Amino acid sequence: MDFLIEVGRYMANNSSTFVSLTIEHIIMVVQAIAYALIAGVPLGILAAKYKKLAPVILSLVNILQLIPSIAMLAILLIYFGMGTSTVVIGLFFYSLLPIVRNTYVGIKEVDPGITEAGKGIGMTPLQLLAKVQFPLSIPFLMAGLRVAAVIAVAVATIAPYIGGGGLGREIVSGINLQNEIRLVAGAIPAAVLAIIADFLLGKVENKTKRRFAN
Amino acid sequence: MIQLKKVSKIYDDGFQALKEIDLTFEEGQLNVLIGPSGCGKTTTMKLLNRLIDYTDGELTINDKLISEINPIDLRRQMGYVIQSIGLFPHMTIYDNVAAVPKLLKWDKKKIDKKVDELLNMVDLDPQVYKKRYPNELSGGQQQRIGVIRALAAEPDIILMDEPFSALDPISREQLQDELVKLQQEINKTIVFVTHDMDEAIKIADQIILMRDGEVVQKGSPHELLTNPANAFVEDFIGSERLEQAKGLPPMTAFIDQNYTYGTHDQSVEAVMKLMLDHKQDQLPIVDENNLYLGVVSLYDAIGQQDKTLNDLIVKVDAYQRDDETKQFVGSRETIAPVIEKDGTFIGVLDQDQVLDVLYQKFDSKSGVKS
Ligand SMILES: Nc1ncnc2c1ncn2[C@@H]1O[C@H](COP(=O)(O)OP(=O)(O)O)[C@@H](O)[C@H]1O
Ligand SMILES: [Mg+2]
Repeated sequence: MDFLIEVGRYMANNSSTFVSLTIEHIIMVVQAIAYALIAGVPLGILAAKYKKLAPVILSLVNILQLIPSIAMLAILLIYFGMGTSTVVIGLFFYSLLPIVRNTYVGIKEVDPGITEAGKGIGMTPLQLLAKVQFPLSIPFLMAGLRVAAVIAVAVATIAPYIGGGGLGREIVSGINLQNEIRLVAGAIPAAVLAIIADFLLGKVENKTKRRFAN
Repeated sequence: MIQLKKVSKIYDDGFQALKEIDLTFEEGQLNVLIGPSGCGKTTTMKLLNRLIDYTDGELTINDKLISEINPIDLRRQMGYVIQSIGLFPHMTIYDNVAAVPKLLKWDKKKIDKKVDELLNMVDLDPQVYKKRYPNELSGGQQQRIGVIRALAAEPDIILMDEPFSALDPISREQLQDELVKLQQEINKTIVFVTHDMDEAIKIADQIILMRDGEVVQKGSPHELLTNPANAFVEDFIGSERLEQAKGLPPMTAFIDQNYTYGTHDQSVEAVMKLMLDHKQDQLPIVDENNLYLGVVSLYDAIGQQDKTLNDLIVKVDAYQRDDETKQFVGSRETIAPVIEKDGTFIGVLDQDQVLDVLYQKFDSKSGVKS
């Protein structure tokens, strides 16, 4: 208990540092997820629309996910050097799988009767995608987004090893200086951030589900 | 007019779903495809909007080969109600109904007006329902939306695949009535799939009965009911409906074999004796060529022995052999002579027998209903 009080005192004394670290952390995650959406949604759609592409795309993003995070960052370090952008690229790769896979599944799961209705009333394949299939896959996409965000918040804590910032700074310093108070003071807000992301995106997901449920 | 000539469909897996189908769907007619599950109804329908392409034969719409019509344009000019309703769950009722007009880029005012008109037509208040989502409607209401979505762009041809199958009997009958009424107003070419014979008989101009990818019989409901092509058709229609369709047996079935008659050259006295012997109070009279002349009643004859028979004959109207028994039912005549077209006397209807048959019919019908 005393220990936690000390952690609290430490955080209070350095509150402005913690606020900026948290903001840094969030910015890295948001950037990575935004890129993952921009790349992942089209990939998921391609996989859903073209049977032959599906196994290629899905196994590729699967492999990315399977690389251990330290190894991934080491590889990226070699190609992109130290810096925040390297961190964002790494987080981007980790977020890709849930987004691609859920977009793919979401489109595949659309009731064939609804797809047929769209086709039958004269929608072009593109209209069908834009007006029916993609909107109906959004609840799945939101679930993927949630998973991606939680993973990214966690993985982002190792950013300082490759020149990034965020709450990992305190954790890494804590490890280096063998200072448990700093380590935990960095870990707690990171965990809370993950929980908040999970909770908020879970709410959004449920909302879309309710709207589209039939 | 839509014409199918020797149209066949073999699916990718080699299964032949349609075997040289010949069909004509005339303009303004309500055509019903009916048959057991898997006989090829949906396949036939999907050929018409090119959701499926046929593998052999010829399919034309207004004499134009369907393969030469752009499928997107074709579908926008055809209403399509699919078996599973298929409303877009993420769109409001307004957006669902307006789907095709929007694809056709109608202006907003025109779309608004059309949507209101259609919702009113199926008794759904636009103000209440326009902004709702499909899952906020009952099954019957959803099916109505499915139907009016197909009507929104005022297509000339409407395809309906078992549109009322998911409904409770009351809603179904109501929508059938609405469809028949609607068809009288808008007069479109409708192709309607069902497996419910009552529904087909009720709404169809032409019924097409299919089995295993072939057309077994096509014709008006009356033709199928009165002239089923074979045992399969009879089976499918069901003996009860066939029986009902036949109506009452012909007049001649009710001729009373024991009822006696006289000839015009007999004396009044002889005729009276005949009536008394047979316990009849009336006697039909024929001439020497067996032509019907009229009826003499016992009441008129009493005390008139000095007159000739001809003076006593009352010209009671006779029924003809081909008249429907129905005509007799409800008349109050005490005696009902039946004659051939040329006037030859056949006999007299037995009222008790007619009543018996009527009673049985009424009984079986009310038995079905309850
Ligand atoms: N895509 C398909 N591939 C192979 N066979 C099919 C396909 N679609 C339908 N069939 C078969 O064709 C037959 C007719 O199907 P359908 O037209 O849907 O029948 P229904 O009269 O019940 O509407 C059925 O035996 C069905 O199994
Ligand atoms: Mg079917």
